[in-house]
Amino acid sequence: MASGSASEFDSALGGTNEFPWTNDDSNSLETTDIELLKKAWRNEKASPEILHFQSDLVQRAREQIQLLEGTMDEFEDNNTDDLLVSIYQMDLDRALFLVRSYLRIRIFKIEKFIAHISRSHLWNRLSDQERNFAKRCIDIMEKHLQQCVLSRLPNGYQSFFKQSVSSVEDDMIPEPQLDTFVFCKSKGAVGAFQLDDIGDEIVDLVADDLYVLRYKSIKALVESGQVDLV
Amino acid sequence: MAGQSDPQLSLFSCQEVEFLAEDELVQIIPNMKMEALHMICGDFGPFLPQIAVNVPLWLAVALKKRAKCVVSIPEWMSVEKLTQVLEAERESPREFQPLPFHYIEISRLIFDHARDDIPDVYMVRSLIEDIRDVRFHKVESGLETISGRTHAVKLKNLSAMEVNIVRPFVIRALQAFYKHDSPQIIPQPEASGSGSRRPQVADRGPRRDLRPR
Repeated sequence: MASGSASEFDSALGGTNEFPWTNDDSNSLETTDIELLKKAWRNEKASPEILHFQSDLVQRAREQIQLLEGTMDEFEDNNTDDLLVSIYQMDLDRALFLVRSYLRIRIFKIEKFIAHISRSHLWNRLSDQERNFAKRCIDIMEKHLQQCVLSRLPNGYQSFFKQSVSSVEDDMIPEPQLDTFVFCKSKGAVGAFQLDDIGDEIVDLVADDLYVLRYKSIKALVESGQVDLV
Repeated sequence: MAGQSDPQLSLFSCQEVEFLAEDELVQIIPNMKMEALHMICGDFGPFLPQIAVNVPLWLAVALKKRAKCVVSIPEWMSVEKLTQVLEAERESPREFQPLPFHYIEISRLIFDHARDDIPDVYMVRSLIEDIRDVRFHKVESGLETISGRTHAVKLKNLSAMEVNIVRPFVIRALQAFYKHDSPQIIPQPEASGSGSRRPQVADRGPRRDLRPR
């Protein structure tokens, strides 16, 4: 996958980051952490590769959840109205669901692309706990495959990462498919945007319109928060 | 390569889309008194009898279930508005009318839980169903225009549930076209290659347009 054209394209996209867009306008719209978490959850769910762990956000959400759990205990002690308790309980459940689902999607991706993540820059996107999990996961996987299959194969075919010793690159590592298409919405007008490294495919991204685009071409926009996946 | 099938293509379940819709604000008219709520998802209230207040849909449904409020039907859900939308949908074969992003889910939740608050409920319901049908038909005919040269699809005003329904098909179709259209996807023999790679695909000949059905 690491073809020359692809990396060239990445660097060309990297240049777009230098345009003077800021995320300030988005902050005024999405005030609550839940909104932000929902956005992170959607992006994580819709993107083929693992995104940066939103550590501050998750931390804040956890604190709010703990706070509310504390309040719920107090409610129980002083016999608060059932209706009020059940409403807060629903609110709590919704927040918990978001956090859990967010973490689960990440774990799912880590398990699936473990070998790729542990050997690339994606490693920096994991949280400390996720790294621990990933390390143990890959150890176990390797050991298991070694014992069950690889140790019984002929010499030269025993690598966890390569098809055979003659492979130049590691060609047995599942990688996320960045060529896939995603549904996305831009928050502000991004303007004319070059989509492709081959064609002169240019799309004018208008705010709030829905597009289906190749993930690879809008990767940088997703990472910088200018485009939301839907 | 892993281009064939991806179990994760249908990303959001219907329940998850509904979950997102439940955070949309609706107006309710409470019939009881309750202090303001300071919740994780925001602050709402205070609630006073007969004073309209905006709350997330899930809260409106919860209160409605306990008969604590009347849901004010959103403006776009009136017979008049929907009739206009339906007409406009029928007139413009390639465009979608602006409706709330979660219009299907919102209307469904209101039908299920607050149907007695809707004037002309049967009319509203059938209008929304008609709009859905017309729009979906448009989506379907729009999909026929996808071709090998499609690098981007613009779907102005398509709603969340509609996206979710067509997502697996659109993504697979675009992927397949992209795959067959890009010459560099097929690995070229490397200069330093040791010949151990899978057999190379020979020249595929001139590119032909697929026969239209």
